[in-house]
Formats: sequence, structure tokens, C-alpha cells
Amino acid sequence: MSYTVLMLLGLAGAVSVDLLLLKTRLLLRKAFWVAYAILFGFQLLVNGILTGIPIVSYRASTVVGIRIGYAPVEDLGFGFALILLTLSCWVQLGRRERRAAR
Amino acid sequence: MSQLAWSHLSYLAVLGGCLLGTAPLEVLLRTGVYRRWLRLVLSLTPGLALGVAWDLYAVHAGQWTFDRRYLIGVSIAGLPIEEVLFFVVIPVCAVLTLEAVRRRRPGWLIGDEAGDSGTIRAELCPDDDS
Repeated sequence: MSYTVLMLLGLAGAVSVDLLLLKTRLLLRKAFWVAYAILFGFQLLVNGILTGIPIVSYRASTVVGIRIGYAPVEDLGFGFALILLTLSCWVQLGRRERRAAR
Repeated sequence: MSQLAWSHLSYLAVLGGCLLGTAPLEVLLRTGVYRRWLRLVLSLTPGLALGVAWDLYAVHAGQWTFDRRYLIGVSIAGLPIEEVLFFVVIPVCAVLTLEAVRRRRPGWLIGDEAGDSGTIRAELCPDDDS
């Protein structure tokens, strides 16, 4: 599987966790998108350093070749999935704490 | 240290910069993320496990390579330790950012708010701009 396919699988997985499995529905919340917008800016910076130096290099055949700044679009989708999955788990654990406290 | 040796800290320095850059959120906005360390550790475990597995596959399949000149040279499970730490550092920054947004905009619910109706209301009414 190419990096592009893996990234799309990761995205689908993270979206499923948020909307269907944990039902945290961060994708429908303004707070999530504002936080992501901030993170996206820094992601471009960090990814620019990692792929610009380059500390990490990609084989051309594994990415579709679209880049934003230095970052291949796959990295950005991959970062989104990682962030969404983590935050969905964070919110879910917070809910469980609230329920346990009651 | 020679200049060559310093370069080995590059990737680690990028990660350190991420942690240093977000640390003021914990101190100034009192996000309380590091204070809730167990919840934090549990939250980032799935992403860490999946991310490392994914990364191992990608490296094995030759999808990307790391330049050893910018790594300290320590590996965990066949990955540079920096790459493993990436899956810890970035999620920590993400949680800090979300909690910082919450501190600044308490009205924007994220779904785990206190109160009997908090969770239910947030679930039923995701459009919570009021």
C-alpha cells in the first residue's frame, strides 16, 4: 500500500472513532476546528523543517506529489488523523471521569 | 562537540521546540493537561501504537527514509527514537491546544463538560455557539 492509501485509511479510521465509535463528535465542534487551525500552522512549520532539511525523505512513487509548503499532502492528512484520534480519546476519558465522579 | 555531532540533535531539537513552545499554555492558561497525566497517557496510547505500526510498515516498504546525520542514533523497535517520540509530542501539543482554546472560549463545548446536562446537551446540540 502506498503512503497515500495508508493516510486515507488512517483518516477514515479516525473519523469513524470520533463520529461512530466514541461519538465524541469533535468534527462538529467549533473548538476542535479552531484548535486544529492553530495546530495546522505549526504543523506546516515543523513538517517544513523535517522534510525541508530533509531529515525525512519520501520515495516519489509513494506520494501523490501534492505539497503544501514542503509537506506532502499525505503528512497533513496523517497529522489530522493523529490529532483527531488523540483528542477524541481525551474527550471520551473526560466523560468517563465525570460519570465516575457522579 | 564538532559541528557534525551537533547536527545529530536536529530531529530531537524540533520535538523539544514543540514541547517548549506549548509549555506556556499549561503555565499561563492553566490548561491542566500535564497535571492530568494519566488521562493524557491513555489518550495518546492508541495514536502511538498505530503510528509506530504504520511507521514501521512505511520504513519497511521503503516509503520514506531518515537521514542518520540528523538523528542521535538510538532506535526503539527498529525506528529512530525521535520518530517514536513524535507520536508522543504531537498529541501532547494537540491536547494542550484544545484545552487552551477551551480556557479562552469556555462556551465552545468539547463534549466532556461538567454538569448533568453537559454531556447530553453537547451530544444533542453540537452547534453550541450560544
